[in-house]
Amino acid sequence: MSNNKTDWRFKVANREALIGCGLALLNFVWWFGFAYGMGSRPVEEYSYILGMPDWFFYSCVVGFILITALVIVVVKFFFKEVPFEEEEETQ
Amino acid sequence: MNWSVIIPLLVFLIVIFFIGIWSSRKGAKVSGGDFLQDYFLGGRELGGFVLAMTMVATYGSASSFLGGPGTAYTMGFGWVLLAMSQVVTGYFVLMILGKKFAIMARRYRALTLVDFLKARYNSAPVVILSAAAIIIFLFSAMAAQWIGGARLVESLTGMSYHTALFVFAVSVLVYVTIGGFRAVAVTDAVQGAVMVIGTIVLLAGVIIAGGGVSNIIHDLVSENPNLVTPFGADGNLGKAYVSSFWILVGVGVVGLPQIAVRSMSYKNSRSMHRALIIGTVVTGVIMLNMHLIGVFARPILPGIDVGDKVIPLIAMDVLPAWLAGIVLAAPMAAIMSTVDSLLILVSSTVVKDVYLNYIKPDANVRAIKRASFGVTAVLGTIVYILALDPPDLLIFLNLFAFGGLEAAFIWPIVLGLYWKYANKYGAIASMIVGIGSYIAIHFYNEANGNLFGVHTVTLPVLLSFVAFIVFSLVMKQEAYDYERIRKGEIA
Repeated sequence: MSNNKTDWRFKVANREALIGCGLALLNFVWWFGFAYGMGSRPVEEYSYILGMPDWFFYSCVVGFILITALVIVVVKFFFKEVPFEEEEETQ
Repeated sequence: MNWSVIIPLLVFLIVIFFIGIWSSRKGAKVSGGDFLQDYFLGGRELGGFVLAMTMVATYGSASSFLGGPGTAYTMGFGWVLLAMSQVVTGYFVLMILGKKFAIMARRYRALTLVDFLKARYNSAPVVILSAAAIIIFLFSAMAAQWIGGARLVESLTGMSYHTALFVFAVSVLVYVTIGGFRAVAVTDAVQGAVMVIGTIVLLAGVIIAGGGVSNIIHDLVSENPNLVTPFGADGNLGKAYVSSFWILVGVGVVGLPQIAVRSMSYKNSRSMHRALIIGTVVTGVIMLNMHLIGVFARPILPGIDVGDKVIPLIAMDVLPAWLAGIVLAAPMAAIMSTVDSLLILVSSTVVKDVYLNYIKPDANVRAIKRASFGVTAVLGTIVYILALDPPDLLIFLNLFAFGGLEAAFIWPIVLGLYWKYANKYGAIASMIVGIGSYIAIHFYNEANGNLFGVHTVTLPVLLSFVAFIVFSLVMKQEAYDYERIRKGEIA
């Protein structure tokens, strides 16, 4: 039993939690940037994509698709499978 | 009575009912000490799909299906923008609590959130405060959803409020009581699927009825150009206010006990990975569709003044009656799936955290079983009786249920997991400051308008963070050893 060494699974967990924070931050910046960056123009200057106002299309529709794609990439390539039950190194 | 709507709803209720009963039979085989784990956590064996759906369904309540779209109807695209802050919950909660919570919960043999906090902080005040917060706030939240469910049935079917409440209560109570958490999770999965399909069908129906998206937007602009801006119909939906919903309905959801407890119920990391993807997609689709439906309904059916009625009215207007009945099973599903999760959570808190901790620690399996079924049934019945004629106190407490619980629990959970200097002093201070400042700021905002232009939840979450750090460091600086407790031993 290695009581002094940090469980290797915790390193995985900590890294993945940080990735979660990073994704949320990116998600927020994208959402906020397009919504208020493009949405603050006068309505007459809006263009429309698939019928929707451009700021909304980029902020919410593209933003949602982008973040879904990122979640898939992150989970497939950066997340590691770890056992949840205790490992019995020394019995 | 509108039979073409009633029949699909009734079929839906019967299907849910039998799925609940069916999944409970799996639990009937389990005996001995595993009964509690099975009844309150589904034996920690949820797969990815069911996990994702139960998280989304628990979270998506009356407000996502009735209140939110109703507000989008009056406010326009600004409110859809606000609602999209919820996509983050689809991945954030599971990524943050994630593997560490799953591992620690198993190591502590924790079945409830309170179990986890008890083992991590080893402190009676933490247990009592958290159990009390869960019982009081979630009990009121449950009653409020229950009332919403009955009102919906009433408005759709033309039954009286009391009959509607009775039908609603009996169907939920039976499967939750006998089936426990597994029945809740499996029925949530079905309800979640109904929610997704219902929103897609209804959005398509609305777009067709409105003559295409461009046409609808054109009508909105000519009625009031503000409807297509991010700033709301009157132009007073501020950036700071909308952004603060990222805390209330976004990242703060980590602190909701009914969501956190699901993060200890899954089988393995593969389930969690699948749930991350499915959860993100499903949350996004539901939130985007429902709120767009709210906005798009405006030119089609102008002049609806009760927000909650927008979705039922537009569904019955643009869809054939039988299809409207199926689609309107979606908000019903949302309400049921929230109510059942809250019921099993409050019951687990009473049985596991109060009864077994303080009243009868040496109860045998039969007594535990009887207590679990009994408490669930009795709690459900009390909520039913209260909902018949809701007391003001209940409505009042429900105002604090969501944000108040977030402010109370987010830091004790998150910092307890990841910060080794987190200790019981910090946790107690954080919970008291969180709930206390939430109530104080709620009244301040009601009287004077929003402080700093942000939602009530923002400051309490920050203040409870500061309180946690300061009290942890000042009272006792001692690193917590996450390795100290091995499987089966609780400090």
